[in-house]
Parts: sequence; C-alpha cells; structure tokens
Amino acid sequence: MSTILEEERFITENYLNMDLLRFTTAGSVDDGKSTLIGRLLYDSKSIFADQLEAIEKTSENKGYGYVNLALLTDGLRAEREQGITIDVAYRYFATPKRKFIIADTPGHIQYTRNMVTGASTANLTIILIDARHGVVEQSRRHAFIASLLQIKHLVVCINKMDLVNYSQEVFETIKKDFEGFSTKLEVPDIHYIPISALNGDNVVDKSDNMDWYKGATLLYTLENVHIASDHNLIDARFPVQYVVRPMNDEFHDYRGFAGKVEAGIFKPGDEVIALPSGFSSKIKSIDFFGEQLNEAFPPMSVTLTLEDNIDISRGDMLVKANNQPEISQDIELMVCWLNEKKMIPNGKYVIKHTTKEVRCMIKEVRYKVDINTLHKNEEDKSIGLNDIGRILIRTTLPLFFDSYKKNRTTGSVIIIDEFTNETVGAGMII
Amino acid sequence: MYNLTHLKQLEAEAIHIMREVVAQFENPALLFSGGKDSICLVKLAEKAFWPSKIPFPLVHIDTGHNFPEAIQYRDELVARIGAKLIVGNVQDSIDKGTAVEEKGPNPSRNGLQTITLLETIEKYKFDACFGGARRDEEKARAKERFFSHRDEFGQWDPKNQRPELWNLYNGKKAKGEHFRVFPISNWTEMDVWQYIAAEQIPIPSIYFSHEREIVERDNMLLANSPFITLGKGEQVEKRIVRCRTVGDMTCTGVVESTASTLDEIIQEVSSARVTERGGRADDKRSEAAMEDRKKQGYF
Ligand SMILES: Nc1nc2c(ncn2[C@@H]2O[C@H](COP(=O)(O)OP(=O)(O)O)[C@@H](O)[C@H]2O)c(=O)[nH]1
Repeated sequence: MSTILEEERFITENYLNMDLLRFTTAGSVDDGKSTLIGRLLYDSKSIFADQLEAIEKTSENKGYGYVNLALLTDGLRAEREQGITIDVAYRYFATPKRKFIIADTPGHIQYTRNMVTGASTANLTIILIDARHGVVEQSRRHAFIASLLQIKHLVVCINKMDLVNYSQEVFETIKKDFEGFSTKLEVPDIHYIPISALNGDNVVDKSDNMDWYKGATLLYTLENVHIASDHNLIDARFPVQYVVRPMNDEFHDYRGFAGKVEAGIFKPGDEVIALPSGFSSKIKSIDFFGEQLNEAFPPMSVTLTLEDNIDISRGDMLVKANNQPEISQDIELMVCWLNEKKMIPNGKYVIKHTTKEVRCMIKEVRYKVDINTLHKNEEDKSIGLNDIGRILIRTTLPLFFDSYKKNRTTGSVIIIDEFTNETVGAGMII
Repeated sequence: MYNLTHLKQLEAEAIHIMREVVAQFENPALLFSGGKDSICLVKLAEKAFWPSKIPFPLVHIDTGHNFPEAIQYRDELVARIGAKLIVGNVQDSIDKGTAVEEKGPNPSRNGLQTITLLETIEKYKFDACFGGARRDEEKARAKERFFSHRDEFGQWDPKNQRPELWNLYNGKKAKGEHFRVFPISNWTEMDVWQYIAAEQIPIPSIYFSHEREIVERDNMLLANSPFITLGKGEQVEKRIVRCRTVGDMTCTGVVESTASTLDEIIQEVSSARVTERGGRADDKRSEAAMEDRKKQGYF
C-alpha cells in the first residue's frame, strides 16, 4: 500500500463546504456533447482506471484511432446499438470548489421532452454550437427551452474551434448571432466560450491556440457562477408533505409537519397561516432529528411544530399572512407534452403540484409555440409529444401557487394520464 | 448566507423522497444489504421521520453467504433503532425449487437474490422498496429514476420509465405493480463516506483493515469462506485487507488496505483508481451485465 503524499491528501473540510451546481448540456447530434462531458470527467479525474480500460477496449474494437471519451457517457445497450442517446442520464464530478451534477440530455430533434426534464432541476445550461455550422435552428430551440424553464445561467460553448483554425472572427460572428435573438429570452446571465472538446482547449485549461480569448475556461465558469441567489428567499412557502405523529410515551402529543421549504425563510415565532383553512398559528419549533433549528430555508427538509393545535394534513401549505400565494381553480400554464399520446382537448387528467394531487380538465389551448421561430400558432392547436403550448386548465380543488417565474417549485406541475398513470405533461404556471 | 452545502442538499433531497414514498404508498420497505449505502438510507429514514420510528420494515435478502460481521451489525442496528426486520432467504427459494444454485467453483447467489427478492415483495405485498443504488456506480444506472417503475413481473423497462421533473414524483401504479425508489441516486461513493464520517454512523468492521484469509482469482481477492471451492493452482493466503462493498462472500472482492479509520478510508477512496463495482465478479462477466440484471428485477 502506498502512503498518501501530504499534498495529495484529501481535505475533508473543503469537501464538506462545497456547494452544488446542477447543469444540463444541449446541442445537436455530433456537436460534441458526449466528448465535452467525457473531457470534463476525464480532466477533473472523475474517471476510474477500470472505466477508462473499458472505453479503451471499445475504442480499439470499433477501430477508432483515439480513445473516444464520448463512450464514457453513453448508457443503455439499446442506445449503444442505435448509436444515439435517447434519455436523460446523470453524471457526477467534483472539483475542490464545487460538486456538479450533469443532466445529460440528447440533442436529437424529437427530444425536447428530455431537455425540459433535465432543465427542470438545473441551475445552468451549456449550449454547444459547432463552430463550422454556427447558430442553427436547434441552438435557438435549446436557448428557448432554457429560458422557458427559467434557467438563470447559459454558457454557450462554440466547439470544434480546431476545425476553424481557432479563428476569432468565427467566434465573434457566432456570438453576435446568438446575442441577436437571446435578447428576446429571459436569461439574465450568458457566457460565450470558444473551445475544442476533443483537444481540451478552454475546457479545463486555458488554450494556447486562442490568445485572443481573454475570458474564463468552461470549468472556471462552472466553478464560479453565482448561484446562491437562484433560490427565492422572499415568498415563504412550506407545503406539508407528511404529518409526523409518534404516539409514544416520550412524544405523546407531538404533531410535526414534515416538508421541504420551497421558498422563503421560516423561523420559530413566525406567524403562519395554513392553506386552505386559513387558520393561523405561530411556529413553535423547527425540528430536525432531535435538533431545534433557528431557521429553515430552501431546499431544507425539516419538521415544523406549531403553537396551536390546528388541523393540517398533506397537501396543505404553510405561508405567512402578509405574503400569500395565488389560490385558484383556473390556471394558465405553459405546457410541454412528454407522451406519444396527444393531449386530449377537454380531456381529464391528474395534476401533481407541490404535495397536492388534484384532477383537472383541459379547458382550452390558447396557442402552440413554434419552437424554431418562437411564433405563436393559433391555428394548429393540437399538442403532441415534444410540443410546447399555452393552455388553460380547471382543477377540481383550488391550488395554492405562484407563477413559475416567481418560484419554480410552487409554480410547476406534472400532468398524469389517469388511465396509464404515466407522466404526460410538464406545466409551468403563468 | 442562505446556501446549503452539497451534502446537506443531497440529504434534504433524500429525506424529501423518503417522505414522499411514505405519503404516496401503502406498504413500503427498505432493502437492507448491510452495506454502507443501505446503512446511509437507514440514517436518512431515521432523520426523515423523527421523532417517530422508521415507519417501514427493513428487508434483508439473505444469500446465506454472509460475512458474519455484517449479520451481527444488522441485528444490532435493528435492535438499536427499534425497526422491524424481515429476512428473505435465498435458501428457501432454492429449497422450493424457484431458484437453482449455480454450478462450478464460484457459485454466486447474487443472481438468485432477484428471485427471492421478488418472492418476498409478493409475499408481503410491498408496493415500494427503497434501495441504496447510486447513479455513479455503473453506466446503466446513470438513467435510473428516483422512482423506478416495475411491472407486475418486477421487471424494469428502460424504455418505459416516467420522466421526472422538478421535485414532483409520480408514484401512481396499477394493481400488482411496484416501485423501487433510490433516495441517494445523486450521491457518489465519496459523498456516502463523507456522510458516514460527518454523522459518525457506525459501519460493519469488515470495511476497516483487518487480516483475512483470501483467495486470488481473476485479478480479484476473494474472502475465503466455506462457500468457495479452490480451483487448480489457487491457494489460501493471509493478507491485510478491507471490503469496499458488502455482499455475497463468493463474489465480493476485498482490497488490500491498511485503512483502519474513516479518514483513512476517505483518503483511499479519493485516490482509488478502480470503481467499487470493479471489485465485483458478477459485473465483470459482461459490460452490459448490470443492465441485464436490472431488467430481471435486481436491485
Ligand atoms: N475536431 C474536433 N472534433 C470534435 C470536437 N468535439 C467533438 N468532436 C467530434 O465530433 C463527433 C461527434 O462528437 P460527440 O461527442 O459524439 O457528439 P454528440 O453527438 O454531441 O455527443 C465525434 O467524432 C467527435 O470526435 C472538437 O472539439 N474538435
């Protein structure tokens, strides 16, 4: 056994202080997405010898002249055989600064649904553009979806710079092109980086081939993007998930409301209102495994106890009196359809929203979005797989919600087919 | 600053998922292997429902090829937290004839566990089973959902998994179907070790360095046990080793190591060059081995 050198020692203290960045990658087929992810994993030393051995062997068997890093990230056998990725896969790596979760979503034309799925939990999206082809229809679509899902940070990687002689002009033209339409989107923070995923230029290490580029590398950008303010800390929302009632001698009368803080900050002593009943009380304690916390904020999972014994169950929501969500049965949504079976006009579905489950009816399709031109199509209103549209629904019981723009967690719903139980739609409340 | 560290975020996510399961399902259970991942799950379950006891049983699918230390640990844990333990014996399935012991010098019962597991699920009518699988373990797992739908035969269909968006988990199912739920999907091996260290969670002694009789086979070190038959040229030797995973003794590799504290294990994991599954004989059989077993209903 080799002893570990002092400078290589793993510092647990640093590890315990890292934060977490979740990002998605989007690009058309062959833009180099798999290669880029493989490169990030490889250069951040997140690949083990046996994994490397496996892809070396496969690369050799397939007759590639190099170790194909793209092989690291391709998953299931059916897909391997078809040679394309068809689902969302999650990858992990860490640097001393941050831990990263990548939702790897394929760029294939049909797979809007996968990108929406991956983006729903992401802080940031990387959009890959092939330097030789520039901004294509799909780049626009990817940017639109990121914006629709309220991703706050975009990193546009102009890839394969090695194939355009590392030309600054090519980079600037593509950047200008992208800026031209991204002003119409709602993404506040956009970065542009010229890279070669294959050779590693500007991915982890600064490129010697592009002195003209003064910006940060991709990894540096991922490590330093400011995400602490991505959570909504203002509009306190606590959907009750589960009522904890130990009913033993020690905690005979204990009634705790378990849940995840979806927005805002809760402290003991805070005046709260339970929805839908409207009864008010004060937070007595914020419990966490025997500890009493001074405050709870997103995305903490805690248990609240109240001063008064009011009737609260799963699906209810604790909020503050002076800041309440909207309450309604008529709800406007942007919906992305996830299923082969088209949305049925006036059809009935089940909706999951926070911890609540209700039934609903599709009242109206306002329009369908042409995701290439971003035009509203008010003629063709049929919503099928991968379509995005604006709809109006009516629920059997009122929901307590915020607009998705204000808060992703209290502004999102999934739509479930009552008969197959499949998740068929993803909705963002307007 | 209102910013949770990554490990606290992962903990919060896992607790949220466990509570969702208890709220959405009638009869959940936690699959307890005695390994560090399922030990983490138990700690998370304790946290999720405190001050209540864990509101579901622990289920151990027992191959009969156990490290005795793992069984001792299991029984002590169950007694300490006051949980209910259900054991499904692979031997019972073999005796009934629903499972057939492998032939050869290396008769692993890992494959048979699937059968006993499905029989146990059927017998107790569990509708959701927590497992400690992580997406970083193996390529085929990178696409696994938190809520993984199984049909009435317990099978996993990679083409028919529900999209998972935001923190909204769809546990709706038809009669006879059930779910596997993986609350620590997003954790890496390092996260698990750091959590065990930070929370001071006791783990079975075999994870720490000790002297043990081993047999070297296919570039792996296997713990010697009554369940192993020596092949030609193979011999029993004593080495200083520890386990990286805990499973069927016939196919769980041990590694040479002097790591005798959690910090030393963490140092070792950080410089490790082989994935922990790299030490499992059953995964080596083919690159798609895991995927095949998953389709059959392996955890
Ligand atoms: N020259 C060059 N080729 C690249 C670069 N990045 C990717 N490629 C190649 O482009 C092809 C498609 O890459 P891949 O990563 O599989 O694309 P994906 O479909 O987006 O995942 C492969 O042959 C890669 O080797 C790059 O930066 N430079």
